[in-house]
Amino acid sequence: MRLNRSPIISNIIVAACALLFIFPFYWIITGAFKVQDVAVAIPPEWFPLEPTLENFETLFKNPVWRWTLNSFIVAGGEMVGVCLVASMAGYVLAKKSFPGRVIIFSMFVAAMALPKQVILVPLFTMLADFGWIDTYKGLILPAIGWPFGIFLMKQFAQTIPGELMEAAKIDGCSEIRMFYSIILPLLKPAMGALAIFTFINGWNDYFSQLIMTRSTPMMTLPLGVATLKGEYTTPYGVLMAGAAIASIPMITIFVLFQKAFTQGLTMGAVKG
Amino acid sequence: MLSPALRTKRYIWRDWLMSYLFLLPALGFFLLFVAYPMLKGIYISFFNHTLNQFEFVGLDNYKFLFHDETFIKSMRNTVLIVLIAVPIVIAFSVFVAMTIYKKSEWLRSLFRGIFYLPAVSSVVSITVVWASIYDPNFGILNYITSFFGMDPIAWLGDPDTALYAIILVLITTSVGQPIILYVASLGNIPASYIEAAQIDRANSGQIFRKIIWPMLMPTNLYIIVITTINSFQVFAIIQLLTSGGPMYETSTVMYGVYEKAFVLGNFGLASAMGVLLAIVIGVISMIQFKFLGSDVEY
Repeated sequence: MRLNRSPIISNIIVAACALLFIFPFYWIITGAFKVQDVAVAIPPEWFPLEPTLENFETLFKNPVWRWTLNSFIVAGGEMVGVCLVASMAGYVLAKKSFPGRVIIFSMFVAAMALPKQVILVPLFTMLADFGWIDTYKGLILPAIGWPFGIFLMKQFAQTIPGELMEAAKIDGCSEIRMFYSIILPLLKPAMGALAIFTFINGWNDYFSQLIMTRSTPMMTLPLGVATLKGEYTTPYGVLMAGAAIASIPMITIFVLFQKAFTQGLTMGAVKG
Repeated sequence: MLSPALRTKRYIWRDWLMSYLFLLPALGFFLLFVAYPMLKGIYISFFNHTLNQFEFVGLDNYKFLFHDETFIKSMRNTVLIVLIAVPIVIAFSVFVAMTIYKKSEWLRSLFRGIFYLPAVSSVVSITVVWASIYDPNFGILNYITSFFGMDPIAWLGDPDTALYAIILVLITTSVGQPIILYVASLGNIPASYIEAAQIDRANSGQIFRKIIWPMLMPTNLYIIVITTINSFQVFAIIQLLTSGGPMYETSTVMYGVYEKAFVLGNFGLASAMGVLLAIVIGVISMIQFKFLGSDVEY
C-alpha cells in the first residue's frame, strides 16, 4: 500500500462523515421553509414540497435587524480594537529590546492558556460597577484584552527583516511614521487573518454576550434567536429561519476568506 | 540588531520609551479586563457575595463545594466530557487530515470547509438544529433508529444518553480547527522521509508510527491543549439543549458557574467554582506540556 494515495475505504468514510456534517445545515435551510406541521411530521419531509415564507415573517416581527446590527457592531468593534492593539504590541515585542520584554510576553502567553470564561463572573461584577452592562462598550472592550492577537502578531512580526527598519532609521524616519508606513503594510497578511478570526469569535461569543446584555434591543443576533424558543411548544420553523440568518454571515465570510483564515489559524501553531 | 553608530545612550532611552508607548494599549486592556478580574475572582471567592450581601466567609465557599453533590457531579461530568471528547477529536482529525492532505487544493479546501462549518456558524444555530434532530417525538434520529427496531429515546432527557448526546454535538463543533492544523503539518513533512522509508519496505502502519506521528508532535500538543480547554468550557451547547438536566446529568462546572451567578445570584460561590476550574485546567495543561512537548516554540 502506498501512502501517496489514501485507501478507498478512508475516502468513503471521510465523504460519509462530510455528508453528516453538512446535514444539519441542510436541515436548517429546508426547515426554515417548512410550516410547523411539516417541520414536525413523521416520516420527515426530506425536502419542503410547499415552501413557505411564513417563518421569516414571524421571525421579523422581532427586532432581527437591530440584533444583526448589534452583532456587526460588537464583532466589528472587537476586530478593529484587537487588530490595532495587537499589531502595535506584537511589533515591539518582536523587534525591540527593552527591560521587561520577556516578563510581559510570558504574562500574555500564560494568560492564553487560561479559559476566558473563568473570569466572566468577576468581569461581570466589575462592568456592573462601571454601569457598562447592556452597553456596546461593555460588550466590545473586554474582548480586546485577550492576548491571542498579540501572540499571533508577534510571531509574524519576527519575520520582518531588521535591516529594513535600520535603513528607515538612518533616513531619519520617525518611530511612528516607520510603524505606519513600513511595519503595518508588512503586517497586513497577518492582520487580515487576525481580523477574520476575531470577527468570527466576536460574532459567536455567546456566553459573554448572554451575561453582558439585559434588554431585547441590545441583544446580538445569536442571543435573540435563542430567545425564540417557545415555552411549551418549540416553533422549529421559526427557529430554523433564525438559525439560518444567524449563520449565513459567518459562513459567507469564512468561504470568502478561507485562505487568510486558514493561514491565521496555522501561523501560531504549526512550524515551518 | 542596530549598528553601533545608532546605539547612543539617548537613542536607546528614547527607543525604550517608544516601545512602552506601543505596548501601553495592549497592557492597559489586558490588566483591566483580564488580570484584574482574575485577581478579583479569587478575592470574591472568599466572600458571601450576593446581590445585596458582601460578607467575608473565609474558605466556606470552597468547603461547601467539596460537599456539594451537584458540584461533584458537575466536576465528574466535566472530566468525563474532556476524557471522551479530546481523544475522539484528535483521532478523527488525524484520520480526516491523513485522508485529505494529498488531495488537490480544491478538494482539500472543500473538506476543510465542511468540517469547519459547525465551528464557524453560531453555536445557537447548531443547538437549534440538534434539538430538532434529538427531539423525542418527531426528531429525525428516532425516525432513523426506528428502522433498526429501536424504541424512541428522549436523547436529551434520558440520564443515560443526555451527556453523550451533548458530547457528540461538542465533537462536531471541535474538529474543524484540528483538521486545518493537521493538514498544514502533514504538508510540512518532507516527502523524502516517507519515500526513504518506503524504499526500506516499511509498511504504512510503521510509517505512521515512526515518521508521521512523531513529526506531528508539536501540533499535537497545541491541539490537545486547545481542545482540552474548549471541552472544559463547553457552555452554550448545554445551556441551550438541556440546561444542565436531567437531574444535573449534563451540568458541567462552567454551567454551574453560570447557574450559581446569573440564575441564583451567588457570585461568591460562582467565583470559587471558577477558581477551582482554573486550577484543574492549569494542572492538566502543565501535565500535558510536561509529557507531550519540549520543542514548542514561543
